[in-house]
Amino acid sequence: MPVAHAVAAGMGGMRAAGDLVARLQMAKGMRLAAAKTYVAGRLGVAERDLSDCAAMQEARAEHGLGQIYEGEAPHAFDPSPLEAKANISRLLDLPINCITRLDARRGA
Amino acid sequence: MEPQIVTRMADGTLTEMTRSEIRRDLEDGVQEAVRRAKVEPLEADELDHLLEIFASPARFTAVDIGDEVMLSFDGTGAPQFDRIGGLLLYEQCLAADSLELFHQDYSYKAVKTLVPHEQMAMKHAQERLTIPVHYGSQPDLGRYSEPDGPCQNWSMLLPELRIDEARAAQEQAVELAVDDMVHVAEALWEVGADGINFDTAGAAGDADLLATLRAVETLRARHPDMGIMIGMAAERVLGAHGQLTYKGTRIAGQWPAGQQKLVEEAGATIYGPAVNVNTGRSGAWNTSRALALVKPCCAAAGIPVHMNVGMGVGGVPMHTVPPIDAVSRVSKACVDVLRLDGL
Repeated sequence: MPVAHAVAAGMGGMRAAGDLVARLQMAKGMRLAAAKTYVAGRLGVAERDLSDCAAMQEARAEHGLGQIYEGEAPHAFDPSPLEAKANISRLLDLPINCITRLDARRGA
Repeated sequence: MEPQIVTRMADGTLTEMTRSEIRRDLEDGVQEAVRRAKVEPLEADELDHLLEIFASPARFTAVDIGDEVMLSFDGTGAPQFDRIGGLLLYEQCLAADSLELFHQDYSYKAVKTLVPHEQMAMKHAQERLTIPVHYGSQPDLGRYSEPDGPCQNWSMLLPELRIDEARAAQEQAVELAVDDMVHVAEALWEVGADGINFDTAGAAGDADLLATLRAVETLRARHPDMGIMIGMAAERVLGAHGQLTYKGTRIAGQWPAGQQKLVEEAGATIYGPAVNVNTGRSGAWNTSRALALVKPCCAAAGIPVHMNVGMGVGGVPMHTVPPIDAVSRVSKACVDVLRLDGL
């Protein structure tokens, strides 16, 4: 069932920019249209690109936001999940809880 | 004679209906919502669009490019994997936009006794996953009643017409539940959770929802940055107590439009309405009814609205393996008609 919803109507998660829009909704209570506009603006892409995995995999690689690990294309030198989230936090100007706490522990 | 179209009942079984029969079911579903909840009916062009969706012979359907919405989940994972492996499956393979770490005993009262272990799991999840991971469980107020909890069992008191005692027991349970929910939520937030989900809020009636709203209010005051999701249990809040209010509004009897206002007032960041299916009716009937009930809160909401479209809600068949033809039709119907923020 999750697959059916994802294919029918989902933004694609990390395949595209779904997780970025999700962060704005969850953390700020931002409605979809506003969240898409904000994320597209910060990424420098068109709003239609946000659910386009072809466009977004390039954007994610460029900004270090994390990519899907496909068997044909491993990304050994891509940021780790924590690094990616730090980059996401900076790009979206949005505190991410685990990164904020990590920085506090490291005295950053 | 009209040709038969393959469609689904809300118990998941295949059936055949003519185009006219599907249209009639769509209209009947809307009228049922209008009759019960006094909502406005769907517009004619919306019904026309739903007819095209449900009368289509396609095995699968989808929204238009550019209309995609955020998908939030409860209970992400699979029994074939360990907990973190299950979350990775959803992130890497199932295109989830967000995830929920949860315990199988899906109750804040139960989780309270395991919090340190849930904290460890969340810590590992945050290290291995990139997309947002919130923690979720249920208020589950009934657990606070005998024999599982310390309060008198109001489900047994009510049939005996011991109304005052039943109300007092629920009020006592509310206090205990608020403490537990706040404790667990803060513990998981402390280790880096991206937010908290209160699932099936209102399942035990108005006291259950009141406990949730008060917990959210407390959390919001203490943690301005916390993401908080409230997902409902049903389309109407049962009045198991009947006299409880939240900030002057009676909780019992609230439909989605009223629920959304309460949830937003408490300080949540996402509201998830739930409309239970009638398994004896078609998917079309159930979906049109659900859309009519939820439509009033979508335009008015100040926070995202994520329709619950899991098993048995929102028009999705009540079946352990919901058929993709039915699920995809519900997805498209919800997005196209409601213009909501997520599913």
